[in-house]
Order: sequence, then structure tokens, then C-alpha cells
Amino acid sequence: MYWNLFLTFFRIGLVSFGGGYAMLPLIEYEVKSNNWLTTQQLTDAIAIAGMSPGPIATNSAVFVGYNVGGILGAIISAIAISFPSLIIVVLIALFVSKVKSNHSIISYVFYGLRPVITALIVYAAINFAIQNNIIQGISLIDVDWISIVFVFIALAMLLFTKLSPVIIIFLSGLAGIIVYY
Amino acid sequence: MEKRRKVKLLWGLFFTFFKISPVSFGGGYAMIPLLEDAVTKKNKWVKREDIADVLVVAQSVPGSIAVNTATFIGYRLVGIPGAIAATLGIITPTFIIIVALASLFLNFQHNPIVQTAFIGIRSAVIALIIFAALKIGKTAIFNKTTSIIACVALVIFLFVSIHPIFMLLVGGIVGILLNMKRLLDRKKTINNDKVENIQ
Repeated sequence: MYWNLFLTFFRIGLVSFGGGYAMLPLIEYEVKSNNWLTTQQLTDAIAIAGMSPGPIATNSAVFVGYNVGGILGAIISAIAISFPSLIIVVLIALFVSKVKSNHSIISYVFYGLRPVITALIVYAAINFAIQNNIIQGISLIDVDWISIVFVFIALAMLLFTKLSPVIIIFLSGLAGIIVYY
Repeated sequence: MEKRRKVKLLWGLFFTFFKISPVSFGGGYAMIPLLEDAVTKKNKWVKREDIADVLVVAQSVPGSIAVNTATFIGYRLVGIPGAIAATLGIITPTFIIIVALASLFLNFQHNPIVQTAFIGIRSAVIALIIFAALKIGKTAIFNKTTSIIACVALVIFLFVSIHPIFMLLVGGIVGILLNMKRLLDRKKTINNDKVENIQ
């Protein structure tokens, strides 16, 4: 099981381009095929990862690892997801003395990679909305309108106020208590 | 390097990044100014004009920009032990915080107040994900080709059961192929210009 955790997060660490949110579908994919968490539990994990300082992908990995294998599981997941970047950064530092950002092959790779990452994040948003029973696919039947309104309020606050995501998560938690409790 | 100085520098790396780490809410970008300050002013580890290069590397490789920056600086100063010390320094505090929060959550997740709070929080998480998509979309999608790539990828993600890693690889390869064509075109036009000039 620990070996499985290590391999899983090592693999994710290897391709974690474009900030942590793009990695959420990957983490979900692995977490589900290993039966580590349900998607709802994973959403809660991501909420906690977003509330805490540090990279969201690493935080989610640590949460999953802790849930599956306690402290040792958490340590293994943290190391596994950080290890590939460490190796790659060291290799680059070793071979590249002066970095040329323009016209290198890297910028070509990112030309195609970034739109895919964007699609992956949009997919993550749709997928999480479905898995949390907020929408049921493309149709408008059984839409949880209260949650949809919450999503748009939170999004508007992110876009138009300078409030940090941490505060928005806390406010939405408060709103949840007021509306549902 | 003298051994005692080296050990002192390793501790310095560890604690410098250890102190920055807990304020890095919302991914790495918020802490870049703090990082810059710590490595160029407080400790003269990197020259001001070199920090831009370090950030380019940190952004272009997988992983969090903050962690990668720490690793890179650690490596430049003390080699592999430095890279490890800096990386451990920056991930340890957030690791402790997330483990503490996770164990709290696992203990209280069946409490009705916590449960209702998390129903609200789920909406905020989805908003955060959409926000992340908008942010990266602004730099990623800037012409017809990139919009088509994004739309095709989204349709595939939604309707085909495929491992996301595979799609990321395809995206990178498509990026290279598209630009190769562009490069060849450019070469051709240059040659054509030459021919016309001669004529």
C-alpha cells in the first residue's frame, strides 16, 4: 500500500504542470481506482488543502496519504509528489548555466500543453460539481440551485475583491451553516 | 567548502524557507516577493538580476513554483544537500499544518455543524477551481489554435475515459508539431525571399 502511494504521487509529481488545480482530476482518478476516498471526501480534502498554506496538489496528496496510511502515509505521499521536481530542478541547474526562455523547445511544448491544462481544470470543476450532486450532467434537471448561487457568489468575490481564498472558504462554510443547519 | 560553514549554510537554507512556507496561502505565487526578499536581500544568495532566471526554471518544470525556487537556490549554494535542505525547509511547515487539519477533520467530519459548513465550502472549492481555470486560460488561450486544442481536450476529458497524463503528453507533442510547421514555413519564406531578391 505504501509503495502504491509512493508510485501514484511520484507519477503525479512528474506531470504537475500549471499549478495544483490541474492535478485534481489526476488525483481523483488514482484515488478512485485505488478506492482510497470517495469524490465527496476528496472535495473536502481539497477544501482543506486550499485552506492551508502550501501547494494545493502537495496538500491534497498529504491528506490522501494521511487518510490511507496515517503519518507514514502522509510522509511518503509528500516525498513522492515533491521528488520528481527536485530531480528535474537539479538536472536543469546542472546542465543549464544560463536559461534562455525565448524560442526554446519548452515554449513550444507549453503552447500545446497550457490549453490542455486549462481544459483539465475546467473538467475538474464540472466533474466536482457532478460528483457533489450540484449538477447531474448537462441537463438542468435536479440542479442544486442554492449551491450554484454559492458558486457564483464565491467566484465573483474571487474575481472582483482582493479577498484571499482562505477567507472565501471560511465565509462559504459560515454560509453553509446558516443555510443548512 | 569548509565543513562547518557548509552545515551552517544548510541550516540557514532550511530555516529561511521554513519561515516563508507557512504564509504561502493559495499556491506559490503569493510568496514570490517574500522569497525574493529572503534570498537577495536578507541573505545574499542570489543576485537580483538572476532571480528572474531562477523563476523561469521554477515555472517551466513540474511542481510548485515556490518549492522549485527553493530547490534551485539550495542546489546552487550547496549542491544536492542544499537542494534537499531547502526543499525540506519549504515543505515541512505546510506538511505539519495539513496533517493537523486532516486529523481534526477526520475526528469532526460527522459533526452536523462541520457537515453543513462543508456543504457550503464545496461550492467555494468549485469556484476556486473555475477561478484557477480562468487565470491559466488567460495565458494559455490566445488564438484560434489554442482555443481549438482546449475545446477538443475538454470534450475528450468529458466523454472519453482516458488517463489525464496521456492527454498532457499529447498536448505537449501537439505544441511541438504545430511550431515545427511554423518554423519550416518561416524557413521557406526566407528562402523564397532570397530567390526573389536574386531574380
